[in-house]
Amino acid sequence: MSRAVEDSNRRLLRARDAMDRAYAQPLDVPALARLAFISEAHFIRMFRATFGETPHRYLQRRRVERAMYLLRESDRSVTDICMETGFASLGTFSRTFKEIVGTSPSEYRANGRTSTRVPNCFAMAWTRPSTNWRPSTFG
Amino acid sequence: MSMFNAITLSGVFVLDQDEALEFYVGKLGMVVKDDVDLGFMRWLTVQVPGDDDRAILLERPGPPTMDDASAEKVRELVTKGATGLALGLTTSDCRKTYETLKARGVEFSQEPTENSYGIDCGARDPFGNHIRIVQLPTSG
Repeated sequence: MSRAVEDSNRRLLRARDAMDRAYAQPLDVPALARLAFISEAHFIRMFRATFGETPHRYLQRRRVERAMYLLRESDRSVTDICMETGFASLGTFSRTFKEIVGTSPSEYRANGRTSTRVPNCFAMAWTRPSTNWRPSTFG
Repeated sequence: MSMFNAITLSGVFVLDQDEALEFYVGKLGMVVKDDVDLGFMRWLTVQVPGDDDRAILLERPGPPTMDDASAEKVRELVTKGATGLALGLTTSDCRKTYETLKARGVEFSQEPTENSYGIDCGARDPFGNHIRIVQLPTSG
């Protein structure tokens, strides 16, 4: 029983890592399901049971995290950053960003914080808010 | 003045010590520092060649340090990547190291990316532990 859970976890983590690597690509559930050796019909349910959110939501947060980094650290336009992070339109980007972060991309940039020498993975984790926590309320 | 002199040993939970050796030594190129049968556990440490002051304990979760139920939980967390950062390694060439390790079959969660602190990438050990490989600006 336990070994089966471990194997399933590891395969799903492999799929999640693939999303992390190619966050700007469209969500390809069939490909991720194949990578995890899980049927397409079960993949989303198992991903959610393992990581607490759907693959779609995970990818949204990953993209928004990268967008936050680019807004803080670069002078690139919001439109450029929208495209760079895989959003199909500026409207979707702005709406998703505001829903997750609590402010618009432009407001976030205007209130940008100074960068830190924190490894990227931690910046990703801390700036990728959960449903119950927003970075705008922190610091 | 600090009470401590250095960090010399840190631990990583691994699900199988032989498989861990294949990865940490066979793929990452570390060397075994200690491999001792203590009776109640196998004391297995590895280190970066030449970096004699710091070792990593490759520890298998389970009795006697924890009960079976706890070990099962640890294993589940490790395999879903939920145990946080296991190791941070530095390299003089992140992209080259990435290509070398990728050719050896190492799994990555992130390709080399430029950041304010240098270039880094994220790798996984066979069990799900997260390893960062960083090229600091001064080490390039």
